[in-house]
Amino acid sequence: MGAPGTDPVGRPTVRVDGVAKVTGAARFSSDEPLANPAFAYLVTSSIARGRIAGFRLNHASAVPGVLDILTYENVGRLAKPAPGPDGKPSTSTLEDARIWHDGQIIAIVVADTYEAARAAANLVEVDYTREVPSAGFGSAGAMTEPREAGPAGNPQRGDAAAVLATAPVRIDASYSTPPQHHNAMELFTTSCAWDGPQLTVYEPSQSMWGSKASTAGRLGLDPDQVRVVSRFVGGAFGSKGPNPRTAWVAIAAKRIGRPVKLVPTRDQGFTVATYRAETRHHVQLGATPDGRLVALTHEGWEVTSRPSGYNVAGVESTARMYACPNIATAVNITHADRNTPGFMRAPPDTPYMFALECAIDELAYALQMDPVEVRRVNDTQTDPVAGIPFSSRSLTQCFDQAAARFGWGSRSAEPRSMQDGDWLVGYGCATACYPSNVGPAAVRLSLSADGKAQVALAAHEIGTGAYTTVAIAAAQGLGLQVTEVTVTLGDSNLPPVAIAGGSNNATSTALVVAKACERVRSQLAQAAVTSPDSPFHGRDPASLRLENHALVGSNDARESLQDAVGRTGQRLEVYAENVPAGLPHGAMAELMQGKFAMLGGTARKDVTAYAFGAHFVELRIHRRTCEIRVARVVSAFAAGTIVNPLAAHSQYMGGVIWGLSSALLEATDLDTSAARYVNKNLADYLIPVNADVPSIEIIMVPERDTRVNPLGIKGIGEIGIVGMNAAVANAVFHATGKRVRDLPIRAEKLL
Amino acid sequence: MRPFAFQRAAGPEQAVHLGADSAQGQTDTPVQFLAGGTTLIDLMKLDVLRPQRLVDLRDALGSHRSIICDERGLHLGAFATMAAVAAHAGVLESYPVIAQSLALAASAQIRNMATLGGNVLQRTRCSYYRDTSWSACNKRLPGSGCAAITGFNRNHAVLGVGPNCISQYPGDFAVALVALEADVSLSGPHGVRRMPFSLLHSPLGEQPQIEHSLRAGEIITGFSIPPGAWTRRSLYLKVRDRSSYEFALASAAVAMALDGDMVRAVRIGLGGIAYRPWRSVEAEQRLTGRPLTEANAEAAAAAALAGAQTQRDNVYKPELARRTLVRALLQARLLPAAASGA
Repeated sequence: MGAPGTDPVGRPTVRVDGVAKVTGAARFSSDEPLANPAFAYLVTSSIARGRIAGFRLNHASAVPGVLDILTYENVGRLAKPAPGPDGKPSTSTLEDARIWHDGQIIAIVVADTYEAARAAANLVEVDYTREVPSAGFGSAGAMTEPREAGPAGNPQRGDAAAVLATAPVRIDASYSTPPQHHNAMELFTTSCAWDGPQLTVYEPSQSMWGSKASTAGRLGLDPDQVRVVSRFVGGAFGSKGPNPRTAWVAIAAKRIGRPVKLVPTRDQGFTVATYRAETRHHVQLGATPDGRLVALTHEGWEVTSRPSGYNVAGVESTARMYACPNIATAVNITHADRNTPGFMRAPPDTPYMFALECAIDELAYALQMDPVEVRRVNDTQTDPVAGIPFSSRSLTQCFDQAAARFGWGSRSAEPRSMQDGDWLVGYGCATACYPSNVGPAAVRLSLSADGKAQVALAAHEIGTGAYTTVAIAAAQGLGLQVTEVTVTLGDSNLPPVAIAGGSNNATSTALVVAKACERVRSQLAQAAVTSPDSPFHGRDPASLRLENHALVGSNDARESLQDAVGRTGQRLEVYAENVPAGLPHGAMAELMQGKFAMLGGTARKDVTAYAFGAHFVELRIHRRTCEIRVARVVSAFAAGTIVNPLAAHSQYMGGVIWGLSSALLEATDLDTSAARYVNKNLADYLIPVNADVPSIEIIMVPERDTRVNPLGIKGIGEIGIVGMNAAVANAVFHATGKRVRDLPIRAEKLL
Repeated sequence: MRPFAFQRAAGPEQAVHLGADSAQGQTDTPVQFLAGGTTLIDLMKLDVLRPQRLVDLRDALGSHRSIICDERGLHLGAFATMAAVAAHAGVLESYPVIAQSLALAASAQIRNMATLGGNVLQRTRCSYYRDTSWSACNKRLPGSGCAAITGFNRNHAVLGVGPNCISQYPGDFAVALVALEADVSLSGPHGVRRMPFSLLHSPLGEQPQIEHSLRAGEIITGFSIPPGAWTRRSLYLKVRDRSSYEFALASAAVAMALDGDMVRAVRIGLGGIAYRPWRSVEAEQRLTGRPLTEANAEAAAAAALAGAQTQRDNVYKPELARRTLVRALLQARLLPAAASGA
């Protein structure tokens, strides 16, 4: 570490790729130049269940410029089925005639131009053998079963049912959240180019090594034959992992002997990728009159596709949120004729914490207690399920700081008691949380004698600032300025990094970069202490550190990098791997096979690791017409070491805005008789416009965590959105006296 | 989008001539006029509209963009952009309901491109109309049925609908025009003519695919709003889920002349709830000559929505529309007394 206040870690740092992004120089996947590309356009099913009886392709094939039309009939056997986001069986695309869901990829038209491919796709005629589809919860033919909970089972403790029956104060309520889609700015593009047996895939990816392995596996290739390039991703949010389309675009490119570029449309994105499925919840709370929880049950239901068992099971978090001696949880999945859902920020916690945090608010009103106080009296430093300590937990500090800033004390507790003219005013709050996860990673790092460093790893820039985070970590470890570090990422030819998900990336990449930097320091120190011309000759190499472009000893003796590095050559390059403590040694091998290798914050034996936060929201509801307009938000988070406070502020704020959106606007509307989505565009799928986004204040509560990992980083990618939907719903109750338990909350639910 | 021929008409006569097959807005019309393009191009990309020829009117009629506000009323050229009219000082002062109906519509980008003539002819936002993979839509495929009636219909119409179509007219400006008894000026193969704007949009009959009463080759050249003691005390209230860039769940255009609290004259249009731009003469009659009290406003709103027919997901609409109208009327009452003496 350098002198106080000069550390790159913790200093607000503008993004090293910011200029490239705002000037258009940043190359997103579909910007990658290809030699003589052809263009693909997807044909998707217009029914949700059945079989393809036949294609009539004569009109489409006759469009000038059409080169090929891929269907199950001509390419179905050329690729193995794509697994779902959980690595297990999922719906198919071009493998066979089966239709699993609305908007399934059933043909791909390839032509000389995008326009010709699109025109021809409109002329593909499909005959179906139709079957009656099931849309989701409550649909005839939908099948519900308990999820496969894994070896640990669903979180349980004590005897919740018995204690609930005699609890002095009880809450028993059901909640629901709708289907939602990520709708990242960047569409689900794929370009494929072959060079002999080598395939290059340009695709927005938050799991390049995963996509490489998946694509190779489906095409029967050696993974070394596949390179996935994803230098910048225009928003991922969980949606941009290995996916069914990649292999078919590769096959199309092979068949016509030209690179092929696919840019699906916005509406196709609703069905050819994943989404957040609708959920239902039953929560029961039992408490003492002074607000202490004595029992908590949370049962969830989630929709998935027919073949997939994918679920998010956020009871893993809700069971751990508050001190409670009796806990029972369960998660069920309902199979319907829908596309397979997947990760969406924050996969388990956004829907499940909505239910819990609304129930806690209901408990507060039942107790006539301040909702903040209910959370305070139930705060704990011990994971109530596992019985082990939290690595650190600053929930009460978050509530206290945010409440003070918000002016929570001026709230009049009675619902519908605050007004501003014709507008009812509501205050609400809720807890945010997210487990601190970490994955294995590898890196190649070099330091030149002229004081420049190069860092290369297959990390993912999905908008969160990965280039800068990695540069900060390297500058910290090498005693350089951030601008002296060049970061290369976004290419599966580089050393592997775990999937950019679950808030693990800053932690995982910083840990491996720190390890590589330590290796550089150690080698330079070793060379110095054995070199007669060094001021450190004969010293203990462990006493030397890299600081301000020099090797520095404990007595402030210095040796310039020119000398220290020059002694070993012009450039010292190291390769490092890091497998975080708690993961098996085989985790690195699994990562290299593209498997999901991560140590979850709830899977540790030593501690349970979570970041926490508190949201406060003020909103206004017109007393006649009931439009809901958010007036302001104050949110506080404590998430260990913050690598780049500037980026962290934006990330938190983005999460808060998405939480408002999730509470008030976002829902993918289903035609339940057809099991089809109907608002598949950004005019009808509502997300906030600028005018919907109020003043948002973010407080970063300092937190030093020595147990979560050696750098104390918890990760902040996901947490900003968690609980925001509940804070809004709780504010709606405060404003109106009406408890809306089903999202999104819109005017008609308040009339 | 399918291949099409693009022609730019050099003058009004050529435009009318080239557009002779423009018919009455049906999906299969072989020729479509292009003005701002903010609806047409979208629907062509969606493969809903499949014209073989586009006739670009900008050179021929682009000069029809005047905004004249004087003692004879308000005249708006059909090629004036939404943005230009919304920002016009005279409109803002004397016809606030017109300015607001435009300012609250669409997005800044669209308002800069979209023309008034195209705006009043914008198509419904019904998902089943806008997505050709749905096989039942009487507006798009005559006689095929209506998927919306049994489908997701949260924002479908409740007034002027029937078993063959429940689509909603999505615009705002037209609601203000119909309330203010505007005329529309037309240029066609048989010369120019003028008709009440209320006759432009066809009521739902046996042929939902026929959306308006324009004759083949006819082009909208302007709108004339007559002067009235009520135009200054006017407003457009739009209720929607988000604050901008969204169509109305319910909206109200109100204009009134008051004598103290007494309603001397009132004009009421309703949006977001009807098959076509909707004027409620019933509500106007309930208020005229009576004091503008909350009770009278509610009675007027009840009269306006008396014929509402709801579906599964839009049951809330009549109540929301009533409340929207009441709120609009009471807000208009509070506006400062205008120079016209109202």
